[in-house]
Amino acid sequence: MSSLKFGVIVFPGSNCSRDVAYVTRDRLDADTRMVWHRDTDIADLDAIVIPGGFSYGDYLRCGAIAQFSPVMRAVVEHANSGKPVLGICNGFQILTEVGLLPGALIRNRDLHFICETVSLSVERRDLFWTQGYGSGAGAIAVPIAHGEGRYYADADTLARLEDENGVVFRYCDADGNVSPEANPNGSLGNIAGICNTTGNVVGMMPHPERASDVALGSEDGLAMFSGAIAALV
Amino acid sequence: MTQTYQAQVYVTLRPSVLDPAGTAAQSGLAQLGFEGVDRLRIGKYIELTVEAADEAAASEQLDAMCDRLLANTTIENYRFELTAIDPAGAAS
Repeated sequence: MSSLKFGVIVFPGSNCSRDVAYVTRDRLDADTRMVWHRDTDIADLDAIVIPGGFSYGDYLRCGAIAQFSPVMRAVVEHANSGKPVLGICNGFQILTEVGLLPGALIRNRDLHFICETVSLSVERRDLFWTQGYGSGAGAIAVPIAHGEGRYYADADTLARLEDENGVVFRYCDADGNVSPEANPNGSLGNIAGICNTTGNVVGMMPHPERASDVALGSEDGLAMFSGAIAALV
Repeated sequence: MTQTYQAQVYVTLRPSVLDPAGTAAQSGLAQLGFEGVDRLRIGKYIELTVEAADEAAASEQLDAMCDRLLANTTIENYRFELTAIDPAGAAS
């Protein structure tokens, strides 16, 4: 057992929570606790993952209801104290709704629900969540699965995000070129993932937990979890 | 003594936000032969009743509801109309 303890938030409608736990607990042997949305005490946890799914049925807007769940108040405190939080897919949508990350995720440009493996350029390799990518270069292959994953922010917010190096992942081609053709959903700036100004909170539409086992075709997502564990040892 | 108000809330995408569903619906209308249709945008309509001391207080509550939950002001605008009703539901 590593001494880094993960918490995976489970909302009614979360459907990637066990996938995340499989990676942290079963693949990486890290202490992992599933946290039900009514729980309010997460003080025992080091790193929080808000997984993908359709929390509360995505009623009103994706993530809109989840932001007021009891556990999210604790997650916001956890984040504001500088501790790591990762939101994947629906988790990213929740982090924007609750205000921990800027912007919003809106309906894909071409209306389709997109479920495919895409290439990502890792723009920040110095964060808690991305340090596992080290000084490596080149694109990583990670799947996306969303109907509402088009990153949007107003011009000022977007400019600030770019100025502060808040973009963590961009959609690119297999050679790492960030181009309009490599943009699956119309996200501004090809943005697939961002972080807050202090870098401890990361949100991303792609699913690293679905690319953490060779049986699933790619292990490129594993470093999101293994890098943090290795750094602590 | 409080008054019950019927609120009708309209949540619309901000003009700068692309509305692919609206674009698709607009092309559907064109397919059906409706000519001259443009700028179709899809939003949400929400209705609720609320009790408040007066219309100003009700309006303040609705603003807070919209800002905090009913609309995401990063991507949406909202407006609402308030009508005083008797508790049984009919306009007073």
